Amino acid sequence: MSELQLKNSLGSTEVVDLYFLEHRAKLIDIGAFLDRLQRASDNGSTEDFRIKAFNKAAGIITDQNPDKARRMLEVFSDFSSTLPDSAPQSKGASGAAKEEVK
Amino acid sequence: MRYIDPHIHPSSRTTDDYQQMALTGCVAVTEPSFWAAYDRQSASGFYDYYRQLTEYEPRRAAQYGIKHFTWICINPKEADDPQFAREVMKLFPEFLKRPSVLGIGEIGLNKNTKNELIILEEQIELAAEYNQMILVHTPHLEDKLKGTRLIMDALENNGKIDPERVMVDHAEEHTVGEILDRGFWAGLTIYPNTKCTPQRAADIVEMYATENIWINSAADWGPSDPLSVPKCGYELLRRGHSEDFVNKAIFENPKAFLSQNERFSI
Repeated sequence: MSELQLKNSLGSTEVVDLYFLEHRAKLIDIGAFLDRLQRASDNGSTEDFRIKAFNKAAGIITDQNPDKARRMLEVFSDFSSTLPDSAPQSKGASGAAKEEVK
Repeated sequence: MRYIDPHIHPSSRTTDDYQQMALTGCVAVTEPSFWAAYDRQSASGFYDYYRQLTEYEPRRAAQYGIKHFTWICINPKEADDPQFAREVMKLFPEFLKRPSVLGIGEIGLNKNTKNELIILEEQIELAAEYNQMILVHTPHLEDKLKGTRLIMDALENNGKIDPERVMVDHAEEHTVGEILDRGFWAGLTIYPNTKCTPQRAADIVEMYATENIWINSAADWGPSDPLSVPKCGYELLRRGHSEDFVNKAIFENPKAFLSQNERFSI
């Protein structure tokens, strides 16, 4: 992590100046997405495994610890140790692991 | 700004993209074999594809002053049927001799199945037998972390693969450190929604310095951007990094990795 401090030539005000509006918009987009989910015709079920992982990852935004991007990616990751023999009907990924997230 | 896009699929793009890439400083691309968005029904379908990669695309790129190189393999999305995959692999020796072929790739895993892993191990063994460099595709989204570790285990278990001749691509914040720690090169792919943004790729370059990392677009038939690499270069410049720093990230580093194969020259 010392490399990060050595290589990042921007001060915190410069980082905020450069990126605040872009990420303010992204944060509001997340709020609007969650509002849209709540307005869904079935009253916005939160049982979907993707939304459970999403909410857990969102909690990382406001904690005080570093490595937020890495930890969020890990929330969405599959930590199972088993391998299926084959997956002939499934080429895509859903974005979150169906098993309990770590 | 001069750059190499070391992982892009121009055979899925229009000729206009070559022009835009040339205008933004692209001097070379390398195109791994991949999934065409549908499963090919015979080995002869792959034969035609490998001919396209080794005969047609280099000529099309050359019209814009861009050198085109390629990698031969059966991609993990079509490797879940071992018998079929082995039929395709019989074609490799003919194409590995061709002058623009840099190695075996992009091999790896997609859904982390036993069948995919069997074919991955057999392709790694072919790379060892033919002394080929390897370009690795790591799985998407929730499958990436587990799949990246399985792939690196398979490479190490082979026992004959030099990790410095292996690029483990599509790395993100949760995989890049382990890839570099285990001695492999790491690729950062800038791709909408499923991989890095130019900003995140720039963050990773800052965090891990620029050693043994390359940046690519993996632009293909999906929503993707063949100008991702110069956009990441611009992002680094915008943060105050020097032109030398950016040149190392988007030109010298891919050149250094690829030049391990003497066929690569620009």
